[in-house]
Amino acid sequence: MNTVVDVENLSLEFRNGEQRVHALDQVSFSVARGETLSLVGESGCGKSVTAMAIMGLLPKASARITSGHVRMAGTDLIGLPERQLQQIRGNRIGMVFQDPMTSLNPVHTIGMQIAEAARRHRQLSHAEAMQRARRMLDLVRIPDAGNRLTAYPHELSGGQRQRVMIAMALVCDPQLLIADEPTTALDVTVQAQILELIADLKAELGMSVLLITHDLGVVASTADRMMVMYAGRIVEEGPVERIFARPSHGYTAALLRSLPGHGTGRRGTLTEIAGTVPRLDRPIAGCAYAPRCGFAEPGCSASLPPAPEVEDGHRSACIREAAVFDAMRDSPIVRSWR
Amino acid sequence: MSLTEAAHPAPTAALSRALNYARRNPATTICCALLLGFVLIAIFAPLLAGDPLRIDPAQRLKPPSDTAIWGRDHLGRDVYARAVYGTRVSMLVGFSVAVLVTILGVAIGIYAGLSHIGGAVVMRLTDAMMAIPAVLLAIAFASLMNAGLLTVIIAITIPEVPRMVRLVRSVVLGVRQQLHVTAAISIGTSGLPLVWRHILPNTLGPVLVQATYACASAIIASAVLSFLGVGLSPEVPSWGGMMADARQQFRIHPVLMLYPGVLLSLLVLAVNILGDRLSDALDPRKARRSSL
Repeated sequence: MNTVVDVENLSLEFRNGEQRVHALDQVSFSVARGETLSLVGESGCGKSVTAMAIMGLLPKASARITSGHVRMAGTDLIGLPERQLQQIRGNRIGMVFQDPMTSLNPVHTIGMQIAEAARRHRQLSHAEAMQRARRMLDLVRIPDAGNRLTAYPHELSGGQRQRVMIAMALVCDPQLLIADEPTTALDVTVQAQILELIADLKAELGMSVLLITHDLGVVASTADRMMVMYAGRIVEEGPVERIFARPSHGYTAALLRSLPGHGTGRRGTLTEIAGTVPRLDRPIAGCAYAPRCGFAEPGCSASLPPAPEVEDGHRSACIREAAVFDAMRDSPIVRSWR
Repeated sequence: MSLTEAAHPAPTAALSRALNYARRNPATTICCALLLGFVLIAIFAPLLAGDPLRIDPAQRLKPPSDTAIWGRDHLGRDVYARAVYGTRVSMLVGFSVAVLVTILGVAIGIYAGLSHIGGAVVMRLTDAMMAIPAVLLAIAFASLMNAGLLTVIIAITIPEVPRMVRLVRSVVLGVRQQLHVTAAISIGTSGLPLVWRHILPNTLGPVLVQATYACASAIIASAVLSFLGVGLSPEVPSWGGMMADARQQFRIHPVLMLYPGVLLSLLVLAVNILGDRLSDALDPRKARRSSL
């Protein structure tokens, strides 16, 4: 078995009094050793919830996992006592958050914050942990690491803070890095640097990356495999180049078409996906995307079979996948990937 | 004391920075000086004044003289000496209550902010306590215990704690939602280290400000208790007690009321203004504006 983490049939709901939101519905995937798996979808489709569920960071009062497992080296993280989860967080899984401006504690130096996980999980002394924090700052390419250890977060730029967050997440050499939209809050030039850094570190440290993003450009440049998520379900999954070359779900097709410069419209107009994400307060039978889908037919509202493979390692939950691919065959982005 | 020490950490560069600050913030500087003055008066009271307890009926209600520069009260005691020694009671009660309220309030407030059920219970208890006027509650506690300074401190602390608990709880509820706390949990931090390193330091700003207000209101409350004759025995020099004594002679010798009254107002005003300045300084939005 060469998988780092294996998510199986994960379903999760949020409860607020009588109200229920079915945030995740039978999500299954696995991350192989050394690969970058990207999770794509629009806001509110369940990307971050998936990451938080793996880490066990969701509020216990409102979030309930109704079924499924998250297996890591044979251990099921779902239902694991908090004390054992703490041994895994920051040690075997590291996480980087979306907003580097608020994800560092303003009252401690960055050296202290990077060293914290090392002291906790590796039982290092203060001096050893600071040594390690210094090496981590070098690793994430922050210049003048020795002096930067004693800097406070407000003295750093957004890109540097995100580098510090990455150093914090990686200080114990985890097998999996979950990066939850790590570049969304950064400007474009810094985005590229951070993505490059994550890719380099992945190769250097031999870890796997679960990269959550809504930016297909990021996926195309950094990921090995991708999953497209919609309304709490994974609707298409496969190698990045296969999904771009043979989009097989109405939603994937719409996402590709909405990329600036790749749509059907002329330059300067932005193509959007009509409608909004459906309410998730009751389970949706059939394809959740059907109401917004240009390819929908009456059969789409029938309950779904498990996503079949359209080609090797490439699954799609769409019953109209052939029609979708036919329609996308001549779009410039699909042609460029073939 | 710590305020002035913090203002002069290193001799030369820090001194010029402190002077610069003083020039730009005259009100803060005056209040600091006032407070420092009161602290010094309280510490060096025996050097500054004579015996505040000595009764001399022959000298009663004598106007100011060389031996008693502010005159003498209805028992012939030195008003100046009583006012100087009265500083001790006010300062001691003010600072002790501020410290006790902070310790208790922060501990209970953090618990209430982190525990779901515990928080609900604590909040109902504070609701109940805050429904009773603080001075009334303090009088009740003071009359249950033996007279003495400790009694006064405890009696004033208890009604002040709920206010601090509510404040700390509300701040903790906000802080624990912040991304950096989630990030700390995501690297495996938990339990006491999480509270101590990530939640507590981020609540300290509002807590410090509330502590200064608790200090000011404790000084007033101690004067009220002495004025009403609860807690401290009447011969102990205190500003409240002096005002209670002066009340009977108010029409003939109003100035006897004035001395402790003005001192009390000055001290409370200084503490309150410092609290306001502290809250401005610790408010990141205002602090950023002034530093740019």
